[in-house]
Amino acid sequence: MSPELINLIIQATGESLFMVGVAALVATSFGLPLGVFLATSGKGELYAAPRINAVLGVLVNATRSTPFIILVVAIIPFTRLVAGTSIGSGAAIVPLTIAATPFIARLVEAAIREVDGGLIETASSFGATPLQIVLKVLIPEALPGLLLALTLAVVSLLVYTAMVGAVGGGGLGDLGFRYGYQRFMPGMMLAVVVVLIALVQTVQTVGDYFAKRVNRRLRHR
Amino acid sequence: MNVHQSLMASLPLESFSPPPESVAAKVDAMVRFEGVEKTYPAYRGKPSVRALQNIDFAIPRGSITGVIGRSGAGKSSLVRLINGLEKPTTGRVEVDGRDISVLSGRELRLAQRSIGMIFQHFNLLSSRTAAANIALPLEIAGWSKVDIAVRVAELLDLVDIADKHDRYPCELSGGQKQRIGIARALATRPSVLLSDEATSALDPQTTRAILDLLANINRELGVTIVLITHEMSVVRQLAKEVIVIDAGDVVERGHVADIFTHPKQPITQTFLAEVLGDSLPVSLASRLQEKPVTGGQAVIRVLVRGDTGDTVVARLARELSIDVALLSARIDEIGGQRVGSLTIGVPGGDAAAAQVLAYLSQHQFSTERLGYVA
Repeated sequence: MSPELINLIIQATGESLFMVGVAALVATSFGLPLGVFLATSGKGELYAAPRINAVLGVLVNATRSTPFIILVVAIIPFTRLVAGTSIGSGAAIVPLTIAATPFIARLVEAAIREVDGGLIETASSFGATPLQIVLKVLIPEALPGLLLALTLAVVSLLVYTAMVGAVGGGGLGDLGFRYGYQRFMPGMMLAVVVVLIALVQTVQTVGDYFAKRVNRRLRHR
Repeated sequence: MNVHQSLMASLPLESFSPPPESVAAKVDAMVRFEGVEKTYPAYRGKPSVRALQNIDFAIPRGSITGVIGRSGAGKSSLVRLINGLEKPTTGRVEVDGRDISVLSGRELRLAQRSIGMIFQHFNLLSSRTAAANIALPLEIAGWSKVDIAVRVAELLDLVDIADKHDRYPCELSGGQKQRIGIARALATRPSVLLSDEATSALDPQTTRAILDLLANINRELGVTIVLITHEMSVVRQLAKEVIVIDAGDVVERGHVADIFTHPKQPITQTFLAEVLGDSLPVSLASRLQEKPVTGGQAVIRVLVRGDTGDTVVARLARELSIDVALLSARIDEIGGQRVGSLTIGVPGGDAAAAQVLAYLSQHQFSTERLGYVA
């Protein structure tokens, strides 16, 4: 493979990592509180607000059921508003974030709901405020699940980035599509796939490692 | 602490026996229920449920009081009313002189710090070490890091697991976990400790050790302990007073030894049976018949108490001239009194049996005719 092509791969990997990194960060900072709220706002729960919970639930489901490529195109005006442009890696972060936020929220919700309800009851009986319960009980106890959720979200984002080529987002998927498929360069296609596999594998391994490390429900030797 | 103890000592124990209305008024109570009813409203097609009704009782300051009931009797509702996690539908729940049922928000959270609680499944945070678990209520109460460290060290000593400071719950045994639970419950120096089936998940030996620890804490710190349980053996070992609840009602209450020797309700009798060993020896049980047997014996169970109990067989023989056979017996110490259950065989047909039963009831023994053996 020529040095130019290798450079292309390196550049595309950089673009992918940039998009995934920023989108994961922003989506987590929205998705985590949203997920905690979804997990605690049912009837009789910490922040009981069943109606808001139901509305948010529908909104989250609607976003999640929209195919990503349609979402990317549909929100172009919004993307332009936020990023100033609708083309390029920076602009692609907007739809990536919007797609990942409800996904992360649902994963966070599931992880938080796994925490033993008896612990909420216990902290309440000590006179803990709902916020103290969230910060001192729910999030620390759910941490292994939260880290696995984040890992899953990052892997999904890597897959999503393959589609942002449609708006000139660049990245590995775009490279594979344009060079590997449209120019029929199987070597390029293979290289892109190998890099993607390596990235996913690395993310998953690192995520698993930390999730296991913070899991005190297991015995550590 | 000494104030609590002297208050307790000045309380005549009789003040905790019926009539109920006067009890709630007279006793210097740590926990007091007045006309409490708790009904859970209908929800998602399920009908409303009345969990508790007409609950009136007072738990004396500094005492260890057992609240015993089957599952579903209303124990959990009772606990949640005491620690303010639920409000009564009607009536008052006083803790340390304050009506906790009218508090909310910050006031309620402050009041909850004077109520410690331990749980059947310990409810420790798996993500925190022993020390950090004990620190949790202190962090919630806004203590400084330095004060927390000092207090946690004290508490670890108190419950005798100072060496487990940095251990995570998954590395500890059930008994050790419950000790951390107790230390955590006592962290904010509460005046009352609620024990919700705290020994139900432990083996008998560990249960005994934990109950001993609770007795020490009651003695040394003067903390009022409310033992919620379904096991009479727990009540027997620790409590002086007991409240029996069944189907949301207080059906019986009083001094443990009184309840043990003169149970009035069938539910109480079944609890007692578990402790006193209701079951007859197998060989005897298999021979037991419902109809009198010629030349056989009537089998009678007698609940005995205190000094009079042990001599009852000898007295029957002497005063009625009937050679009563002792078929099985168990004498135990309950609430500081000797209490037991004797199963005796009375020869001489129904006339003799009636004579014995009359004599026993005249001397205020609770009796039960179990049947006849050849």
